Amino acid sequence: MSLVFEKTKGLTDVPFHYCPGCTHGIVHRLVAENLVELGVLGSTIGVAPVGCAVFAYNYFNCDMQEAAHGRAPAVATGIKRVHPDNVVFTYQGDGDLAAIGTAETVHAAVRGENITIIFINNAIYGMTGGQMAPTTLIGQKATTAPYGRQKEVQGSPIRVSEMLATLEGAAFIERVSVDSPGNVRKAKKAIKKAFECQIQKKGFSMVEVLSTCPTNWGMTPVDSLTWLEENMMPYYPLGNIRTPEED
Amino acid sequence: MEKLLMKGNEAVGAAAIKAGCRHFFGYPITPQNEIPEYMAKELPPLGGTFVQAESEIAAINMVYGAAGAGARVMTSSSSPGIALKQEGISYIAASELPCVIVNMMRSSPGLGGIQPAQADYFMATRGGGNGDYYMPVYAPASIQETVELVMEAFEVADFYCTPVMILGDGMIGQMMESVEFPEPKKRNLPAKDWATVGTGGKRKPNIINSLRIEPDVLEPHIQKLLDKYEVIKKDETLYEKVNCEDADVIAVAYGTISRVVRNAIKKCEEEGIKLGLIRPITLWPFPFAAFEEISPNTKAFLSVEMSAGQMVDDVKIAANGRIPVEFYGRYGGNVPKPDEVVAKVKDILGGGK
Amino acid sequence: MALNEEVIFAGFGGQGVLSMGKMLSYAGMMKGKNVSWLPSYGPEMRGGTANCSVIVSDDLIGSPVVTEADTLVVMNRPSLDKFEKSVKPGGIIIVNSSLIDQKVKRDDVTVYYFPVNEIATECGSAKAANMVMLGAYVKLKGFISEADLLGAFLKVFGEGKKNLLPLNEKAVAAGAELVK
Repeated sequence: MSLVFEKTKGLTDVPFHYCPGCTHGIVHRLVAENLVELGVLGSTIGVAPVGCAVFAYNYFNCDMQEAAHGRAPAVATGIKRVHPDNVVFTYQGDGDLAAIGTAETVHAAVRGENITIIFINNAIYGMTGGQMAPTTLIGQKATTAPYGRQKEVQGSPIRVSEMLATLEGAAFIERVSVDSPGNVRKAKKAIKKAFECQIQKKGFSMVEVLSTCPTNWGMTPVDSLTWLEENMMPYYPLGNIRTPEED
Repeated sequence: MEKLLMKGNEAVGAAAIKAGCRHFFGYPITPQNEIPEYMAKELPPLGGTFVQAESEIAAINMVYGAAGAGARVMTSSSSPGIALKQEGISYIAASELPCVIVNMMRSSPGLGGIQPAQADYFMATRGGGNGDYYMPVYAPASIQETVELVMEAFEVADFYCTPVMILGDGMIGQMMESVEFPEPKKRNLPAKDWATVGTGGKRKPNIINSLRIEPDVLEPHIQKLLDKYEVIKKDETLYEKVNCEDADVIAVAYGTISRVVRNAIKKCEEEGIKLGLIRPITLWPFPFAAFEEISPNTKAFLSVEMSAGQMVDDVKIAANGRIPVEFYGRYGGNVPKPDEVVAKVKDILGGGK
Repeated sequence: MALNEEVIFAGFGGQGVLSMGKMLSYAGMMKGKNVSWLPSYGPEMRGGTANCSVIVSDDLIGSPVVTEADTLVVMNRPSLDKFEKSVKPGGIIIVNSSLIDQKVKRDDVTVYYFPVNEIATECGSAKAANMVMLGAYVKLKGFISEADLLGAFLKVFGEGKKNLLPLNEKAVAAGAELVK
C-alpha cells in the first residue's frame, strides 16, 4: 500500500481535545509543518497559553512551557534571552493576548523581542464558555454581553495587528484566515515567513489568524466559516501589515 | 581577601553574579533600584542579559521562562512589587523551577511608604500566591551575610528546584558595610535534564507546566512538593542563638532588627537583666528547634519586629504555651529603638528587676 | 578603650553629606574597623535634607541606625533642629556656622562652630565645605588621621576625580587647622 498522507512529525500522537469544527487543529498543523520544513523543530521551544490551546504543550512535538494567562510573551522573552539561537514561539488566543496579556504583548514587540507569536482571533473566550473577548465584534453576543457588544458600553474591538504595526520593533505582522483551502495555504506561508524572520534575527513577528468557534458562536462549523467571512473579515482585513526590508 | 565598602543592593547583584547568575529581569521600585541598575551595568559585558520588564508581573514570568530554559536567574523588587509577582512565584513553585527573588521590604499596606519595614513576613513565609506551596526565605542581618545567603540561595534553588527568597528591608538595601566575596559553596547539584533547550530531535519534549486538570494527578504532585518541603525543613533551617542560657527574656528578631536587639542586650546587661536573642536566618522554614531546651525560668519570648506583629504567630507556635509570648513592633517605616526594646523587657519583668 | 563612634552627618542635598559619611566609613574600614553607613533615602534626597548614620567600631556593629550619636555634624539649620536631640549627653555637635546662625540650645554637649563654607572658598571652592568639615572632625576625634581620610578619596569618588585631590587635601588640612 502506498503512503498517501502522513501526519507531520511536528505534532505528537496525542489526540486534540478541540470541539468539532474548531480551527485550532488546522493552525497547530500549519505551525508544526513549518517547523519541520524549516528544519528547526529540534531547536524550538514553544509557549502555551491559557485558554482553549492550554494543552498545546501536549500537541507540539518540541520542548514546551505552559505560561500563566497572558504572560506567554514574557515567558518567551525569558527563554529567548537564555537561548537566543533557538526558535521560540507563543501560541495565544484573543483573551490571553489582547486582554490580560496586552502589556506583555505590546512590550515584547516594543523590545523587538526576536520571538514569533501565533495569535488566534476567534472573537470570543472559548475555554471559559463564550464570554466577550477584546476582539468580539459590535453587536456580537457573548455570555457576558448578552445584548450584544455595544460601542457605548464595552467599546470597540481591538485590531491588534494594526496596533502593533505602529511599533518599530515589530518586524513582521500579517493577518490571515483559515476559512478556506486557499486561505489556509496563505496562512501557512505567512507563518513560515514569521519564523524565517526570527531565524534571521530580524525581530518580533506575529501572525494573527482569524478563526472560528462554532461551539460558543452557536453555529454549525460551515455557518461559522461563512460568519467569519461576512463579519470578521470586513473589520479585520487580511494581508501583510509589516515585513522586514530585504538585506 | 579584599574588603569592599558596598551598598546592600549592589552586594546582592555582585553576589548573584559571583554565584553564576547571568540573567536578571526586573522593574524599578524604591528602595531596591541599585540591584537592577547594577545588573544592567555588569551583566552585558559578561554575556548575560538584563531586561527591564514592563511590570513586575512580566519580570517574574520572564524569570519563569529563563528558569525553565535552565538558567540561573534572579529578580528583585520591594513589597508592592513582590505582591505583583505572586502569580509568577506560585507558577514557579508549582512547576518546580529554581530562581532567586529578592524583596527589599518597604512599609505597606498599599503603596505605603518607602522606608524600611518587615511587614511582608506573612507574604514571604506562607507561600504568598495561590495554592499549597512554600519557598525557603533567607533574612540576612548584614551586608556580608547578604552576600553569603544570596550565593547559598542559588545553590538551594537548584538543589531543590524551588524559588528562594532573600528577604531584606530598605536598610539592608541602602546601607553600606564592608564585605568580602568568598568563593561560593558548591553543592552536588542534579543535572537540569528537565530544561527546555530544544529536543535536538533526540528525546521526547520537555514540558514545563503547572496545570494538572485531574485531581488524582494534582494531589500527588502537591504531595511531592510537600515531601520536598519536609526535607528542606529538616536540612536547611538556619538560626543563631545569642545569650539564651538562663535568660530572663528571649527576644526573637530577624534581619536588621536583630541588630537593634543586640544593642538592647548590652543596655539590659548594664541594668542586670539578661536578654537573649533567637535570630531566625531562615524564616521559612522557621527554626522551631531553637525554641526547644529553653529554660522554663525564662519569663517570656519577645518578638521584636518592624511590623504590626507577623512573626509573633510563629513564635507562639514555637512556644506552644510553655512560655508566654510578647510582642514589640514599630511600623510604617519607623525602626524600633534599642531603648524601646529595653523598656518593653522591663515591662515584661514587672519593673522589679 | 575600644572605639565605638556613632556619627550623624546632616545637611541639604548637594552639600556632600552622604559623601562625608562614605569617606569616614571607607577610611575606617581601611584601618581595620567595622563600619556601617546608612543614608536617608527617597524623595527627601532630592532638594531636601540629606543625612547618614555612620558607625566606626572595634566591635561588631549592632543597629546601623544612630539614635544616640557620639557626634553630630550639621551643615544647615533644619538639620540642627532635627537632630540636636539625637546626641548623647557628653557628645559633640559640630555646626557649620557659615549657614547656621543659631546656637545649640543644649548645655550637656560640647559644641564647635566652624565657618566651613568661607574656609572652603578660601581653599578654592565652596563645594569643598564638606571636606573642611571632615578635616575638622577627624582632627577632633583623633581615631583617623587626615592622611588616612584622604586615602579614601579616590575609593569613594573614583579615579576620574583625581584632579580634585589637591583641592580636597587643602580643604581637609584647613579643616584640621581649625581644631588646633
